[in-house]
Amino acid sequence: MEIVKQGRQSWRYTNPPQIYGQGVCGGRLEGLGPLKESFDYVYTDLYAGENTFEKAEQKMQQKAGEIALAKAGLAKEKIDLLCAGDLLNQNTPSAFTARALGIPFFGVYTACATICQALAVSSLAVACGAAAYALALAGSHTCTAEKQFRYPNEYGAQKPPSSQYTVCAAGAAALGPRQGKGQVGIAGVTVGRVIDLSICDPFNMGAAMAPAFADTLTVHLREYQRQPQDYDLILSGDLGKTGQAIALDLLERNGVPHVAERFTDCGRLLLGENKKFFSGGSGIGCAASVGLGHIYRLLQQGQLNRVLLCATGALLSPCANQQQESIPGICHAIIMERG
Amino acid sequence: MKQKSKPQPPAWYNNIIKKHTPPRPLFRNCLAAFLGGGLLCALAQTAHYLLTLGQITDQAASTIVMLSTVALAALFTGLNLYDKAGQCLGAGLAVPISGFANSVAAAMLEHKSEGYVLGSGCNSFKLAGAVVIFGLISAFLFSFAALLLDMI
Repeated sequence: MEIVKQGRQSWRYTNPPQIYGQGVCGGRLEGLGPLKESFDYVYTDLYAGENTFEKAEQKMQQKAGEIALAKAGLAKEKIDLLCAGDLLNQNTPSAFTARALGIPFFGVYTACATICQALAVSSLAVACGAAAYALALAGSHTCTAEKQFRYPNEYGAQKPPSSQYTVCAAGAAALGPRQGKGQVGIAGVTVGRVIDLSICDPFNMGAAMAPAFADTLTVHLREYQRQPQDYDLILSGDLGKTGQAIALDLLERNGVPHVAERFTDCGRLLLGENKKFFSGGSGIGCAASVGLGHIYRLLQQGQLNRVLLCATGALLSPCANQQQESIPGICHAIIMERG
Repeated sequence: MKQKSKPQPPAWYNNIIKKHTPPRPLFRNCLAAFLGGGLLCALAQTAHYLLTLGQITDQAASTIVMLSTVALAALFTGLNLYDKAGQCLGAGLAVPISGFANSVAAAMLEHKSEGYVLGSGCNSFKLAGAVVIFGLISAFLFSFAALLLDMI
């Protein structure tokens, strides 16, 4: 039996699907930031040589996918399933990437938790034998996200310190059956529930997502019968400074101690502490590029052995928000393990 | 249709949010708005004064200053500077007519890739449209009220 059910929301793999290769692309701010070593390709221009930001986002995503395939030494014809997602309406960049790669395609979307969903579906397909190899792919672009979710990029509105900066980054991982010891793979998944504590402020996404993160982590630890100490690192996707502090209080309320010592946030790792980015980075690109770039490398080098990547998403709809609806949050967790 | 009010977080969660969410720096924002907006208006007033020193009438000078402010705001929007200054100076750049120009220019630039007519054209008043329509309505109501007061 390859897949063992741990509880209502979690399962684990007896033979964890292995990451054969990964690719991470970023924009200038991300690619020259604290994690610059982990990027495979950096676009110094927000347009990436295209004439629209939307095309630039698609190009960045496709590049990450192609790098992952190249590193894995797999031709795209060998890949049976592409799970990809982004923040734009109709998952356009992902669909166009799937058009270019010609791989059977599932579009996935859970806002900034998309990369974990893509990895979960891909690993599931590989583990149950539905796909020989699968490619998980996700990314975000600051300008397209601003345009869709907030104001035009050049509009001079003042943002509060709790707001976040959507990052330009994409990450991809080619998954396949486990080949032996000492390889990094996806050892298990906890699927998050949509949690909504009635936050309506789109400039405080940390507060909207923190309850989902706390819920998923609490459920994960309970269903796996583990303690936070069982992980070398617990990573949230893009909670930011504000969201991280709120999440720790919520975890304490849930009776989950000792998270703070091993808890970091991808968005903050990616951009570093800079007031320019307010509370920190956000967007799919955070968990995708940090999880599959920096963290993957640390796992591969043996500096980390087991990491829980909890990508957090704020399921914000500008339309629903104007209709006085709140912003639901979601968080999917995947275990990245070397073993 | 009556808009329903936004849902509120439960009190216990509100307390946690309040504890950790950094407040907007109100004093700093007010001061920056006062200084930034004040400087902008002082510059415009100086230009107006200099113009009236010549042959230009008061009304013509006002028009010239207003149009130049709009043009300059649009230019700085295109140069990717207005949004950066706006983050720093806030209401100081949003309230004067330059803020209006910025909202139109920013929206038009943003949607340029969707075409000049259906993109820039249709979306130009995406943000400023509310100001225009409600400005017109209130101008009409106020002048109507003034007319009635005059008749009494």
